[in-house]
Amino acid sequence: MSAKRVVTFTVNGDQVEILCEPRQSLLEVLRDDLDLTGTKEGCSNGNCGACTVIMDGRPVVSCLVLAVEAEGAELRTIEGVACGSTLDEVQAAFLEGAALQCGICTPGIIVQTEALLEENPNPTEDDVRFYLAGNLCRCTGYDKIVRAVQAAAEKRQVAASN
Amino acid sequence: MATAENPKYKVIGTRPIRHDGADKVTGRARYGADIQLSGMLYGAMLRSPHAHANIKSIDTSKAEALPGVRAVATSADLPEQGDRVVELGEGAANMRHLTANVLARGKVLYRGHSIAAVAADNIHIAEEAIKLIEVEYELLPPVMDVVGAMAENAPVLNDDIRTESVGSAPPAKDSKPTNVAKHFLFEKGDVAAGFAEADIIVEREFDTAMVHQGYIEPHNATVLWNTDGKLTVWISTQGSFTVRQQTAELLKIPISNVKVIPTEIGGGFGGKISVYLPPVAAVLSKKTGRPVKLVMSRTNVFEATGPTPGSHMKVKLGATKDGKLVAGEAWIAFEAGAYTGSPIGPACMCVFACYDLPHGRVEGFDVCVNKPRTNAYRAPGSTHVAFATETLVNEICEKIDVDPAEFRINNAAKEGVRRVDGPVYARVGMVETVEAIKNSEHYKTALEGKYRGRGIASGFWFNCGLKSAASATVNPDGTVSLLEGSTDIGGSRTGIAMQLAEALGITAEEVIPAVGDTDSVGYCDVTGGSRVTFATGIAAIEAAKDIQRQLVDRAAMIWEVDSSHVSYSDGGVHGPDGKQLSFKEMAAKLHGTGGAVIGRGTSSEATQGGAFGTHCVDVEVDVDLGKVQILRYTAAQDAGTAIHPSYVEGQMQGGAVQGIGWALNEEYWYDEQGEMRNSTYLDYRIPTCYDVPMIDTIIVEVPDPQHPYGVRGVGEVPICPPPAAIANAIYDAVGVRMHDLPMSPPKLLAEILKK
Amino acid sequence: MHAFDYQSPSTVAEAIELMAKHNGSARPLAGGTDLIDQMRVGRLAPDVLIDVKKLDELNVLSADAAGLHVGAAVPCYRIYGDETVNSQYTALADSCHIIGGIQIQSRASIGGNLCNSGPAADSTPSMIALGGVCVIAGPSGSREIAVESFCTGPGKNVLEPGELLVEVRFPARPANSGSHYRRMIPRNEMDIAVVGVGASVTLDDSGQNFVSARIGLGAIAATPLFAEAAGESLAGQPVNDESLEKAAAAAREIASPITDMRGTREYRIHVTGVLVKRVLQAAIVRARGEQIDYCRGH
Repeated sequence: MSAKRVVTFTVNGDQVEILCEPRQSLLEVLRDDLDLTGTKEGCSNGNCGACTVIMDGRPVVSCLVLAVEAEGAELRTIEGVACGSTLDEVQAAFLEGAALQCGICTPGIIVQTEALLEENPNPTEDDVRFYLAGNLCRCTGYDKIVRAVQAAAEKRQVAASN
Repeated sequence: MATAENPKYKVIGTRPIRHDGADKVTGRARYGADIQLSGMLYGAMLRSPHAHANIKSIDTSKAEALPGVRAVATSADLPEQGDRVVELGEGAANMRHLTANVLARGKVLYRGHSIAAVAADNIHIAEEAIKLIEVEYELLPPVMDVVGAMAENAPVLNDDIRTESVGSAPPAKDSKPTNVAKHFLFEKGDVAAGFAEADIIVEREFDTAMVHQGYIEPHNATVLWNTDGKLTVWISTQGSFTVRQQTAELLKIPISNVKVIPTEIGGGFGGKISVYLPPVAAVLSKKTGRPVKLVMSRTNVFEATGPTPGSHMKVKLGATKDGKLVAGEAWIAFEAGAYTGSPIGPACMCVFACYDLPHGRVEGFDVCVNKPRTNAYRAPGSTHVAFATETLVNEICEKIDVDPAEFRINNAAKEGVRRVDGPVYARVGMVETVEAIKNSEHYKTALEGKYRGRGIASGFWFNCGLKSAASATVNPDGTVSLLEGSTDIGGSRTGIAMQLAEALGITAEEVIPAVGDTDSVGYCDVTGGSRVTFATGIAAIEAAKDIQRQLVDRAAMIWEVDSSHVSYSDGGVHGPDGKQLSFKEMAAKLHGTGGAVIGRGTSSEATQGGAFGTHCVDVEVDVDLGKVQILRYTAAQDAGTAIHPSYVEGQMQGGAVQGIGWALNEEYWYDEQGEMRNSTYLDYRIPTCYDVPMIDTIIVEVPDPQHPYGVRGVGEVPICPPPAAIANAIYDAVGVRMHDLPMSPPKLLAEILKK
Repeated sequence: MHAFDYQSPSTVAEAIELMAKHNGSARPLAGGTDLIDQMRVGRLAPDVLIDVKKLDELNVLSADAAGLHVGAAVPCYRIYGDETVNSQYTALADSCHIIGGIQIQSRASIGGNLCNSGPAADSTPSMIALGGVCVIAGPSGSREIAVESFCTGPGKNVLEPGELLVEVRFPARPANSGSHYRRMIPRNEMDIAVVGVGASVTLDDSGQNFVSARIGLGAIAATPLFAEAAGESLAGQPVNDESLEKAAAAAREIASPITDMRGTREYRIHVTGVLVKRVLQAAIVRARGEQIDYCRGH
C-alpha cells in the first residue's frame, strides 16, 4: 500500500483536510470520509453522471477524479446547492415539476443544471438536452427534467431582472 | 397547489409536492449504499469469468492471509436447501436454484456468477483479496441461444430440471434432464376453423435480445448479524418482506430473526425483488461480528442480476378482408437464464390480450441458457409479444387497407371478452386509449418529410392486487402519520397519502407518510405488478375508515349520544342537532377522550381489471446509416383514476423511453464464449436525454370498479407498445419491416440495403 | 483499484525525470477520464501516476504566425471555448464537443485522447486532418512526430519510457479552408464512435475546386488512419459528387475494421464512405465561409 497523504480542499465553502490513499476517488472520499452521500455512484466509469460535482467552477464526474487531484480545489456538491434551509430555483422546480421518480440521479442532475445555468442562463430545449446527456435517468424519460430546468432558468431570469 | 383536475374529488387529481421531495433534491435521502455503521466492513465478490464450467476447487487461503481481510465466504457457508419450492410473495422459487444463484454450488452457469465473497477493512483490500482466491474450473460448452438450448443434443445446464407442463400442455415425453423447464399451452375456440375463415393470414418470426432494467442505483445490502442471533438488513429493494423471507429461507433461520430496513431505492423496474447480496453479507457478518456492506459494480449488475429474457417467437394472425380478427397462433421461447423462471407465462397470456380473438392457440417455453437468471422487468413478457402481435396487426391493416387505429378499435378487448388463457375481462379501457390516440392532435396532423414515418401500437398489463397493510395515527394538530410497507420507487407514498387524505377530507400535506421496516408495519407484497397505488391505496383508505369509526365513537362520547347518531363526512364528524366537529377539532380532543387514534387497514382480496395503452410515434430514418431519430411521441393510457397526474404522466413517459431504448439499441451482446461484451452504460446504451423528444401523454380514465376511487396501476403498460410502434413507424418511413430487436443501425441498414 | 503512488511535479523536466526513473511503470495523468477507468477495471496497473495537468507547457493554448499550440493537458472545454479554434480549427472543436459528456469535457484532453491511443478516439481524426504534429519531450531531448504516426496499435503508441507528450501543434490555416468532424454512434451522445471522420479542405478562390484535402478516419482499423490517398485524390478536382464519391471510395479502400458490439465490419466500411462524403461536404461549406447545418450527434 502506498503512503497516505493529506489533501486539503474546500467543500461547499468549508475547508476540509483528509487523509487518503492515491487510489481513492474523490467520490469515495466525499461519501465515505466526509459523509456527503448526496453524491451518488451509479457506474464508476463516468457514464451516468450520478456523481457529478462542481470542481473549480466546472462540472466533473467525481468517480473519475482522484481525491489527491483535488488538492487546493473548490468543490460544490448537492449538499451545497440549497441556501441554508431554502431550496434554490432548480431544486424547487424539480419538486414543482415532479421531475424525479426514484431520485437517485437527481443530485447529479441538479448539480449539472447549476453548471449549465451558470454558463447559459437561458438554454433552449436542445441546449438542456445536450448539456445533460451525461446524466442518465432511467425513470422519467427526461421530459419533466428538461421542463424543470427551463422553468428554473426562467425563474432565475425573472428574479435577476427585478 | 394545483387545482383539482377531477371534480369528483378534493385531493385526488391534484398535484401536490411529494413528501420525500425535499430530501431527494438536497441529497439527504439515504439510499442503500449510503448506509454507514460503526465498525462496518466492506465486501467484494469473486465472480466467474466463464459462462459454463464445473468448479473443481476453490482455495481461499491466500485471500484470508491478506492483512485487512476479516472473512471469506463461499457456498459452503450457506445451508443445503435440497428440493424445496417456497412461495416468496410474487411467485414460487426452487430454493436449490436460489441458493446456487447467490453463491455457486459446484457449477457456474453464467459469466458473473458469484463464487466467493470477502469482507475487509476497506473496499480496496476486499477487491485485492478477491484476486487472490484460486478457482480451478472445468470448462463446459456455453449454451447461448434459446432455440439451440431446446435441441435434443444441447448441453444441459441443470441436471435437476424436467419439463413442467402448464395449462393444457401435454406431459413431457420422458423424464430426462433438459433445458426446457416449462411448457405452456393455452387454447381457445378452434384455431384451424378460425384461420379457415380468414381472408388474410400473416405469419412472421421474431427475435428479441436480452435487456436489462438499467436502474441507476446498483444492488446493495448491509447486514449486521448480531450476537443475539438477530439480523438487520439495510437494503434498497422493491419488497422488504420478500427480502426478509428469501434471506431467512436461504439461511434457514426464522423470519422473525430478520429485520429488513428498506432504504430509499434508486429504481427497480422488477429487478430488485430477487435476493443476491443479503445472505452473503449475513454470512460475512456472522463470521466477523461486524456489519458488512456489499455493493455491486455496474458490470456486476449487468452480468449477474436479473435482466429480461431474449426470445424467439413465431406469431400468426388471421383476419377477414372487412377487418375482423378471426384467429391467432403463437409459439414463444424465452431465455430463462441459468435457472427456470422467465416470464413466459405472462407472455403467453399477453400475446393476444389487446384483442377479442375468437380462436387462439399459444404455446410457450421457459428455456435455460448460460446467461444470468432472468427476472421481472416492467410488464414482464408483454413487451416481447406486443412487438410481434402489434407489428403483425399493422401488416394486416396495410394489406386490407384499413386504418390501424380503426382496426384496433373494431377488434379491441372489452368487458366480457375472454382471453385465450381463460380469464374474462371486466370493464377495461383498450378502446378508449386507441380512440384517444386517434383523436389526438398528433395523429390528426399529417407527417411530412422524406424518410419519415408514423406508427401506432397498443399494449396490455394485468396489474395485480396482492397483499398490503397500512396504519395511520392521528396527531393532535390534525395531521396524520401514515405508515405503510410498500417501498417507494416513484412517488407512491404521496399517491397513497393522497387517498388517505381524500378519505378523511384533509389535505395531502396534512398526511405524513413513511415506509416502515418489517418489524413496524404489516405484511406488504412487493412494489411490483403496478399494485402499490391500487392495493396499498386500498389499505390506506381502510385505515382512514378505521379512523373515521373511532372518531365517530369519540364524538358520540363528547356529545353524549349513541354512535349510530354520528357520522363522518366532509372532513369531520356530524351529530344530531347540527352538531359538528372538524377532523382538526377532533384531533385536538384526542388526549382528553381516550388517547391515540390509530387506524389500521389491509388489502388482500382486491384484484385489478387490467390496463391498456396505445402509443403513436413519428420517426425519421437516416437511410445511409440505418439510424432512427424519434421526432414526436404520444402515449395514451387508461389510468382508471389518476391520483397524482404528474406521476402518472411520469410513469408513461419513463416507460415509453425505456421501450424506445429496447426498440433501438439496448441488448446483451455476447461473444461466442458467453462473455457479455457491453456490460457498461457506455456500450449498453440506455437513452440519454439527447436521444428523445418530449413525451406527450394522454391520461384516459376508465375507473376500475375494484378500487374505491377507480385506480388502475400505471407503471408497466407504457413499456409495451414502443418497440412495435417504432417498427411500424420505420416501415412507414422506409418500407422495411423489422422483426428483430434491437432495431440497431447495422441491422436496419442491412434491411434497407436489401430492398 | 490497485495501490499506486501519486506524484505532482512542477516542471516538465521533473516530470520526465520521474517518468524515466520508473522506466515504464509510471503513467502521466492528465484528465484521467480514460486512465482512471482503465485502472479500475484492471486493464492498466501503473506503480506511479505523474500528474502533469498543472504543468505550464501542457496548458498552453495559443495561436501565433506558425499556427496553433494546444498543450497536451488542455481540457476539451477550453479548446472548444477558444475563439481561434472555433473559427479556424473547427474540426477540433467539433471533436472536443462530443468526447464523453460535458463533465468528461471538463477534464479530458486531446493529449490524453491521443496517448490512450484508442482506435475510436474522437479527436485523433481531426488532429490528423488539421496536420497536427506531436511535440514530445524525453530524457534525451525533444522530438516531433506527425499525429498520424503516433499510434501504433490499440492502446499503443511511439512514446518511449520517460517520454511525455507536451503539445500538439497545428499549422496555420490557409485561406478558403474549412474542417469538420463527425462520427456515427447509435445514440446521439455519450457513445464510442462506430466510425469517426475528420476532414480539412482548402478550396481555390472560386470555392469550386479543391486545392488540397486531408482526411482522418477513426474506428475502422487498429489505429486511427490518415486517408492520404483519399485526400490527395481531391487535389485540383472540382467540388462535385464525383470527386467526393472517389474520395469516399478511397477511404473505404483502406478501412479494415472488426466486428464487435459497436458494429459489424460491413457496416463500418459502408459508413466510412457515407461519413467521408458528409464530412467533406460540411468542410466545403465552412471553407466557403458559410454555416453548416449540423445537429451534433445526429
